[in-house]
Amino acid sequence: MQTLIALISGIIFGIGLTISGMTDPVRVKAFLDVFGHWDPTLAFVMAGAILPMILAWAIQRRLARPLYTTTFTLPQPKPIDARLIIGSGLFGIGWGLTGLCPGPAVANLTIAPLSILPFLIAMIMGMFLHTIWTRRH
Amino acid sequence: MIDSSLYDPLYMGFLGGLLIGISAAIMLLALGYIAGISGLIARATNIASSITPKLTAAAFIIGLPLGTALISQVHTVTPTISSNTILLATGGLLVGFGTRLGSGCTSGHGVCGLSRLSPRSMAATITFIITGIATVTVMRIAGLT
Repeated sequence: MQTLIALISGIIFGIGLTISGMTDPVRVKAFLDVFGHWDPTLAFVMAGAILPMILAWAIQRRLARPLYTTTFTLPQPKPIDARLIIGSGLFGIGWGLTGLCPGPAVANLTIAPLSILPFLIAMIMGMFLHTIWTRRH
Repeated sequence: MIDSSLYDPLYMGFLGGLLIGISAAIMLLALGYIAGISGLIARATNIASSITPKLTAAAFIIGLPLGTALISQVHTVTPTISSNTILLATGGLLVGFGTRLGSGCTSGHGVCGLSRLSPRSMAATITFIITGIATVTVMRIAGLT
């Protein structure tokens, strides 16, 4: 049941991402091009996505447990540290270079598999490099 | 500055955003997990050993492109992905490493974290939007598109 719910959630996420136009890197780069020909769409996507989630967090605080699992497994409050800022900064550079972040990259697997492959392989390598790097630090 | 012909894309953007938020809300309320795509990819590929079951993460990551495929059956979806392999690979490395080091991406920090009013997610989102804008601006000035 858990697997089926996750699959359906993933499908809904993919549908939303695609109809919003954010699977197209050019549209994402146009949002980041604030000093050029700016396209504000991504801000509307974020606003649309945050609304149901505000409601969801309000409901979550009143629930003892999720509907289909035993506990909520959520990130615990932590201070803002250098890793968070440097990591997010590096992510933003990669996002700006390509117009791609993890969601749209995976979404493109079914509509432009060959074109997205170099990005996806490098992204997974980057994630793996982080794991190796953390073991050493 | 906003072109009136952008009305339709903005509406579709908001509508698509609502679906993304509903998807994240289902993950949270039904399963108790954060729909952070970078984290779910790392979990599905065995890179991260988080508490999310691998099968759950994999199911979400498989569903995502299936949703895109469904829409492409009824609506023309033509992503313009750069043909510059070096640019794509460099960007991919930075996105992969950066999202792991920074504990999240646009979905985890930008959607789930901001809506939870998490200070860490606010700091992360502001940071990646600033470096993203800086990168695109430098690329445009340098004539790299």
